[in-house]
This record gives sequence, C-alpha cells and structure tokens, in this order.
Amino acid sequence: MEKNIVEWIIFLLQEYGIYFWKGTLITLETSILGTILGLIVGFLLGIIQSTPIYPEDSMAKRVYYKMLKGISNAFVHIFRGTPMMVQAMVLYYGLKQYGVNITPFSAAVLVIMLNTGAYMAETVRGGIISIDNGQFEGGKALGMPHFTIMFCVVLPQAFRNIIPEMGNLFITNIKMTSVLNVIGFAELYFATKTAANTYYRYFEAFLITGAIYFILCTIFTKLLSVLEKKMEGKKDYELATEYLAD
Amino acid sequence: MGIINVQHLRKAFGNHEVLKDIDFSIDKGEVVCIIGSSGSGKSTLLRCLNLLEIPTSGTVYFTDEVIGGSQKKINEYRSKVGMVFQSFNLFNNMTVLENCMSGSRKVLKRSKEESRVISIKYLKKVGMAPYINAKPSQLSGGQKQRVAIARALTMEPEVLLFDEPTSALDPEMVGEVLNVIKELAKEGLTMIIVTHEMAFARDVSTKTIFMDQGVIAESNEPEKLFTNPKNPRTQAFLSRFING
Ligand SMILES: Nc1ncnc2c1ncn2[C@@H]1O[C@H](COP(=O)(O)OP(=O)(O)OP(=O)(O)O)[C@@H](O)[C@H]1O
Ligand SMILES: [Mg+2]
Repeated sequence: MEKNIVEWIIFLLQEYGIYFWKGTLITLETSILGTILGLIVGFLLGIIQSTPIYPEDSMAKRVYYKMLKGISNAFVHIFRGTPMMVQAMVLYYGLKQYGVNITPFSAAVLVIMLNTGAYMAETVRGGIISIDNGQFEGGKALGMPHFTIMFCVVLPQAFRNIIPEMGNLFITNIKMTSVLNVIGFAELYFATKTAANTYYRYFEAFLITGAIYFILCTIFTKLLSVLEKKMEGKKDYELATEYLAD
Repeated sequence: MGIINVQHLRKAFGNHEVLKDIDFSIDKGEVVCIIGSSGSGKSTLLRCLNLLEIPTSGTVYFTDEVIGGSQKKINEYRSKVGMVFQSFNLFNNMTVLENCMSGSRKVLKRSKEESRVISIKYLKKVGMAPYINAKPSQLSGGQKQRVAIARALTMEPEVLLFDEPTSALDPEMVGEVLNVIKELAKEGLTMIIVTHEMAFARDVSTKTIFMDQGVIAESNEPEKLFTNPKNPRTQAFLSRFING
C-alpha cells in the first residue's frame, strides 16, 4: 500500500531521525560559534573604523591607526563583495593545497566568522555614528578619553540599535550553513540526501530539512526580540525620598 | 596673569574666519558673561577654550600654562575646566547618579563610595538629589540642565564654561537654572557664561563681553556696558534687545 506524504515524513523521521537531529545540532553549533566570533570581530573593526585620528597625535600613533583602518576597510570590502560559498572553497581548498588541513567544521566556523565580522563592522560603525555627537562631547568635556566614552556611553546606546541586525545575521548564518556542503560540511544536508536517495523521496526529505531551518530561525527571532525588550530598561523610577526634605 | 588668558585667538572653518584675533583674560573668581548676536562666534570661542574646537592660531593659557598637546594633557585640562552645554549632553544610558559619578570615577579615579558622596552633595545643591534613579529622558529640560551642572561640579573644576545654558528651556524653567548659577557665582566659582539673558548677565557678571562678527567689540563692567555702551554696535544690539 502506498504511503501518503505525512506517513512518509513520519517514516523518514523514524528511520533517519537521529541523523537529522545530529545535523541540526551541528548546524546550530556552527552558526552560533561562527556568529559569536564574528560579532566580536565586527565590534573590533567597527570600533577601529570610528576611532578619530587627531592632528595633535604623535606621528607613530597616526600611522598606526591609519594602517589599522586601511586593513579593516579592505577586509570589509573583500568579504562583503564575494559570496560565502566561494570564500569557503578558497579558504578550505586553498589552505589544503598549501598543506594546512583544517576540518570542514573549523572551515565553516571560520568562514561564518569572517563574513559576520565584515557585515557587523559596518553595522557597528553605523550604530556608533548614529549616536548624537553631544554624547561624545559630554564625555570629552569631563576629560574622558575616547575609548572610555566609547565603552561606557556610546556602545551601550548603539548596541540597542544593532540588535535587529545581529538577529538578521544570525538567521542568515543558520541558513548559510546549507551551502557549506561544498566543502564537505554537510551533516544536515547529508542526512537529507541519504534519506531522500534511499527511498527516492526527495520532496518529503527536503520538506523535513526546510522545517528544521524554519523552526531554528523562528526560535532565534523570538529570543532576540526578548533580548531587545530587556534592553529597553525600566519605564519608571523610584524617587529617593530620603532626599526630598532638602 | 589671570586663570585663563587668551592671546590672538583665531578660528576659521575653511575660509570662513569665525574668530578674529580674540584677546582677553579672566581672573580667579570672576564671572564673565559673553553676549552678542547669533553667529558672532560665542559658542566657537567657548569651544576653543575647552578644545572641543582646535584654534587655528593663537594661544590659550590656563594658570600660565599653554593648553593643548597630547590627548592625555588635553583631557587633564578638561577635567579642570568644565563645560555645560545648551543641549545638556547627559549620558542617556545612565541614571542621574551614574551621570554625576562617571567623571569622578573614570577621570579622577575616585572610589565608588567617594564619588557617590560627592555626587549626592552636588545633586542636593541643585535640588536634584531625589531624582538620582531617574534617566535623563524622564526629566524636564530644567531638571536635565541642573543635573548637567551637578555633573560638572562633581569634577570640582577651577573654571566652569556655560554655553547658553537656558536657551533650550521653556520660559518657566529658565529661573531654576539661573538661580543655581547665581548661587555658584556667590560662592566664588570662576565662570564664563554665554547667554541671551541680559538681566541675568547684568546681575551676575563681574565683566561683560560683547562679541560681534568674530571680535570682542566691547568689554566692560556690566553696569557700564549696559547703561553706557561705547561701541555703536553694542548700542544697536542692546537697543534691539530692549525694544524686543
Ligand atoms: N563646525 C563648524 N563648521 C563650520 N562652520 C561653523 C562650525 N561651527 C560654527 N560655524 C560657523 O561659525 C559662526 C559662528 O558660530 P557660533 O556657533 O560660534 O555662533 P554663536 O555666537 O554661538 O551663535 P548663537 O547665538 O546662534 O549660538 C557661524 O557662522 C557658524 O555657521
Ligand atoms: Mg552658540
């Protein structure tokens, strides 16, 4: 008797559930690790790019910052201007050719990290310049050095505006892991292919994989909106009544 | 020599010369009010004194030392010469208390407890101590400006600069801020105040400077400058003010 779609899906899940599950975990692991590392890279680059160079700084300091900015700019342009799949191939096979063997997992994390870093750099820089210059001047007038103002005043404010873009990148990265099968990083893809090939049920197998990606993305979207709400802070405050008398 | 001494100060933005050869000096304990029409360069002058703008040429001495140099020196100087802005510039991510403690902790490296005590002392002075837990967005303009003054005072500066501290306020809040500044004047704090409040300038200043098109057109004791202005441009400016 012929199975219907639902029955096929249940059957495939029974047979290959463990592979789908493992694939899901590794996908999550890769995208979380890659994104977090990438966010760090992005923040570093964004901060470097928005560091002012003063004419009264020493020559060495000015040259150093100019170089850092140049490198960071080049990095951002290159990674934003090329597809992730191609980057993965160049990195993985390129390194291999020169005798550096890294696992597909490390390569996948690395590529996601560099990509996220490049995109976040621009987002962080944008977040920083969107903060009113008065916030900087308020700090300067107190004698605060640039980086104190950056970390204590500007970034905490910019962070809130950056969260939505962080969410976008996270979701893009989860989905992007699916193209990384080109470098043999293919846990979930492999589970799907095996399930599909064995029973000649491509539609049902890829439907399962599609659902997995969809669920992951939905969960992350929800988590980030919770974080965004949390960052809004309290709407009201307590009067310090002990000082009301004065 | 005074506590602040300005010699041949010039500032140009591109080919637009905004300050042209400014010379003046103020002594410890003086309250100088700077008046003048919009665009005459008052804010630019004040910002040059705080090095928020770098002068194109000329020298500013603070207690006989030339200001400027490395960022470290500039920051050290700024910690002694405070500034209160028209737009308050309170840190939006911090509470009132955190705003006041920030400079004390991060710049003067005082302990948390000491910073807290000093901050509350100055917040009491401006009548804002009950609001220590509020964020700037939860305050009125007058309250924000009083917190900004308290924040500047926690640095215990030798000179305090004010750039139109009441211009962004609703009329009913102007008084509360001016009263705080008058109180500081009585206590002998050295201040340079850019203002459009003529009655206040006349009342509080020991010297009034009238600026016009990037130069100091006239500088005198307030009584003399307001009742008997010498320069025709001062006369024109004041009569415009008096006649609304
Ligand atoms: N950053 C800048 N770049 C270019 N021009 C500037 C800059 N800041 C000020 N100016 C110009 O300098 C002139 C003086 O400005 P300034 O703000 O010092 O005037 P002001 O006397 O404070 O006026 P107001 O009473 O309106 O505050 C103006 O013509 C202004 O356009
Ligand atoms: Mg001005």
